[in-house]
Amino acid sequence: MGDPGREDARPPGPAPHRDAGLQPERTRLAWRRSSLSATVVAVLAGRQLVRSGAPGPVEVLGTALLGLMWLMFVVIAHRRMRALAAARPAGLPPRAALLLGGGTVALAVFGAAILLPGH
Amino acid sequence: MSHPDPGPDTSGRPSIGAEVRLWFSPARIREEGSTPDYRFSLANERTFLAWLRTGLALVGGGFAVDQFLPRLHEGTRLTFTVVLLVGGALCALRAVRHWGRCERAMRRGTDLPVSRFPAFLALGLGVLAAAMVVLVALGWTR
Repeated sequence: MGDPGREDARPPGPAPHRDAGLQPERTRLAWRRSSLSATVVAVLAGRQLVRSGAPGPVEVLGTALLGLMWLMFVVIAHRRMRALAAARPAGLPPRAALLLGGGTVALAVFGAAILLPGH
Repeated sequence: MSHPDPGPDTSGRPSIGAEVRLWFSPARIREEGSTPDYRFSLANERTFLAWLRTGLALVGGGFAVDQFLPRLHEGTRLTFTVVLLVGGALCALRAVRHWGRCERAMRRGTDLPVSRFPAFLALGLGVLAAAMVVLVALGWTR
């Protein structure tokens, strides 16, 4: 395909490297939305931690954990978005799905852990 | 898409043992059947992300209830928050499980799994919203 002079030698129809449904683009945007959602939740969790009046070390540890969690979401999303740039992207690695699901559960557990002792 | 074994409902419920093994070594999904058209996999991936965002939104909603509704009574606020956090966690788990089951069904060429989860989620959220309306209407706030 490197030679532009050969372009019309291709059979008619849609270019083979372009999917008419824009599936990779839609999936990329879904990843973008998801990492934005994760960011909002991480910020709310951080606010919860600051308001909880937890002792200093707990606050530092909690913030570090939250930062790590957020970083995991963003890094997985970023790597997946790069993988989707391929002409025929491979499927989502099962480990990524498991990590993201686990991360969301961890955020909920984190929320309960800083919420319940205060009451 | 051919059905290798047209016997009675082999797609439905895998044994609990198989389910647990799949959770801890999810790469097993790739061992079965043939890779489906990548567009179907991407659609499944978007569905997974939509469920994950639903989970994240519920968790975030839990935080929001606790932080931004100071006029609710302590116990009520705590109940709402915990229910939303638990619901969010369940949604996230369900997102992973449903993604795996759909991926497997597509690889095997069987029917996609059906689930009662959306109905329960809708009912739960409806009850939660109705409870909030009743609380505010009756003035059971500080």
